[in-house]
Amino acid sequence: MSDTPAPTLLYCRCAYAQVVPSGVKNEVLSQLCASGTSFETVSDLCEMAAHRDPRLKALAACGRLRIAACYPRAVRGLFQQAGAPLAENAEILNMRTQTAAEITDAMLKS
Amino acid sequence: MIIHTHRPLRVVLYEGQGSIPLTPEARLQVISALLDKGYAVTRAAAGSSAMPHDERSLLVLGQFPDQKAPIIEDATGQVRIETRDISGLYVQAILGLVEKSRNGTPMNEPGRWKPWFPVIDYTRCTNCMQCLSFCLFDVYGVDENHKIQVQNNDNCKTNCPACSRVCPEVAIMFPKYQGGPINGDEVNQAEANREKIKVDISSLLGGDIYAALKDRSAAAKSRFSKERSPDKALDERKKCLTKLVGDGFIPADVLASLPTPDEILRKAEQAKAKAAAALAAQAE
Repeated sequence: MSDTPAPTLLYCRCAYAQVVPSGVKNEVLSQLCASGTSFETVSDLCEMAAHRDPRLKALAACGRLRIAACYPRAVRGLFQQAGAPLAENAEILNMRTQTAAEITDAMLKS
Repeated sequence: MIIHTHRPLRVVLYEGQGSIPLTPEARLQVISALLDKGYAVTRAAAGSSAMPHDERSLLVLGQFPDQKAPIIEDATGQVRIETRDISGLYVQAILGLVEKSRNGTPMNEPGRWKPWFPVIDYTRCTNCMQCLSFCLFDVYGVDENHKIQVQNNDNCKTNCPACSRVCPEVAIMFPKYQGGPINGDEVNQAEANREKIKVDISSLLGGDIYAALKDRSAAAKSRFSKERSPDKALDERKKCLTKLVGDGFIPADVLASLPTPDEILRKAEQAKAKAAAALAAQAE
């Protein structure tokens, strides 16, 4: 049995702009909801970064983080700009380019 | 317009011990509706831990036995915790409960504002200050170590990615932009090499900007191009500024900041001086 703590799952809705395909983001959220696990959701990481929401620091500090959002380069940049750089081991899934199945598998893998 | 207050409320959909889990469909409906209203939502399931809480108010929603939400108090007394039973409620009624709990505290909401501002990829940025020199709206500044940073993202003009076009290292991203690499997509070597030709900022700040501002028809003919070059960047600046002064699309204070060519040039000179000072400090 592994001693590694389960990652914190974070889902970004990208609700402030329609740049993430709605089919993908809806399906990913649907699969998270169908799973038995706890997860965090935010309306929009960009909006949070715009006003340096301290919640980003809390998220970045929570150990292993697995994020379903957009381009990893952008997501890391947003956290950094908000004064909450992500750890190297943070996993970022891109709902703009990956399929819902790929993202769901990666998010929910043990 | 962005409101610079943090999320006033953390909503937790509690489905742990002592509660009756929602169906997956109901869970999806509730969380989707709250997210689309701008809330952050935690789903707390049995057997897996949720994120620690901060100082914000906490609203715990759940289906509780006998439809009675338990009374919960923060042991430290610092966090206001409310609990609400949502048994049998439809999504709109649950949204109403959450809105009531927020009690009118200001909060950004999707549809009212677009988070549009540059994000610097510091793994690529060489601190050359071209962005600081280029931007007329004081979006950029330097920190105490003379490192470039985005200081006034509210000043950024929505849908204008012009500064990313002048960045010689393709280090400026706008995550809400459609195309790559400005949207944060990986930068391929061909794009990176093209940017190695440093832009002569002074050529971008020439006196022809004002003439171009007046020449709306010419600007209207220009098309957004994925190709990066100083000329394209200048075109984009013209286009952006033209759009800003056109058709009452922009706030009055922006109009006021772009009254004359002299003013444009003065701001450009200021930005250039700031950049030069930062570069000089780096070299010391």
